[in-house]
Amino acid sequence: MSVYVETATAAKECGACPSTSCNTAHLTRLGIKMDDWDYVVALAGNPNTGKSTLFNAWTGLRQHVGNWNGKTVTRAEGALRYNDRKFKLVDLPGTYSLLSMSVHEEVARDFVLFGRPDVTVVVVDANRLERGLHLVLQTLEITDRVVVCLNLIDEARRNNLKIDERALARDLGVPVVPTAVRHGEGLPELLRVVDEMAQGRYPTRPHRLNYRDAALEAAVAQLAGQLEGMFPGLPNARWVALRLLENDESIIRAVREGTLGDLQRPDAFPELMQLEAR
Amino acid sequence: MTLNQLGVGRKATVKKVYSESAERRRMLDLGILPGTVVETVMSSPLGDPVAYRIRSAVVALRREQAELIEVQENFTADEMESRG
Repeated sequence: MSVYVETATAAKECGACPSTSCNTAHLTRLGIKMDDWDYVVALAGNPNTGKSTLFNAWTGLRQHVGNWNGKTVTRAEGALRYNDRKFKLVDLPGTYSLLSMSVHEEVARDFVLFGRPDVTVVVVDANRLERGLHLVLQTLEITDRVVVCLNLIDEARRNNLKIDERALARDLGVPVVPTAVRHGEGLPELLRVVDEMAQGRYPTRPHRLNYRDAALEAAVAQLAGQLEGMFPGLPNARWVALRLLENDESIIRAVREGTLGDLQRPDAFPELMQLEAR
Repeated sequence: MTLNQLGVGRKATVKKVYSESAERRRMLDLGILPGTVVETVMSSPLGDPVAYRIRSAVVALRREQAELIEVQENFTADEMESRG
């Protein structure tokens, strides 16, 4: 974790202004006005890494920002327009894992897996990188459209942490953008990368763990085949198969009751539209 | 020794995690796995839970969780010497 060297990428036009007035060239904040959208972007990350601050900076909404664990209970949604493309932004609850230990993790996981966002931004605290990378790797097992937002880079600088985000991006196989969202630093770059990835113009090569176990791989292949038969169009049967082998109760229940596929329906997320601009 | 026996301000290296199923997954998600260095930061007034520093984040664990984590205390060179 100590192989990183800092490169300053502070957005000059944004360094001095507060995040709410940070002008990103072609950004229009649409609040909750979203009748239609071109792309869906999910915000995932550990608790207290700045997901909601990022959400607010991009949507102009005031999703409550607080310095405690589990603040975003379900999900908040907002919209923005960038270069004539409309993005729906979904702020997921903060989690350390996507492996369904709590309602928070289940909400986050179900959305990343079945909501099929065009891009998932994983926000990590640059000061606690090791911890955040765990979630990044789990997300990369589900989707390859991931942008890592290396947030709180200003605090990391104060703590004399130097992070080589280029080496990190190379190893993870997805882009890594350092930001200090509170001060608007790095936001234009992050939005540009998200936009490019949403349009499929940003090829990724996600780092995936090789389990190196022939018996496990055989079991996964067999289960994945059966799952694809049962649930046509399942986004990631391999991932679901791994969870079944791991005895994940919520996934087992969903498969047994035949509701796994239901999560792909747009109305599977009723809480989607409930956030009001406050 | 197990993690709950580690004194405040002391550091140790995780040797083995005995927790099972969901609880085990939780520990691993928090970054507690063999080789991880943990430090006891402070104890609550009643001694349970206890706060530990794990990979630069502070995490509170209950006694029954910490009891399932086998650790080896880390001693500085000076301490090793004074212990003979």
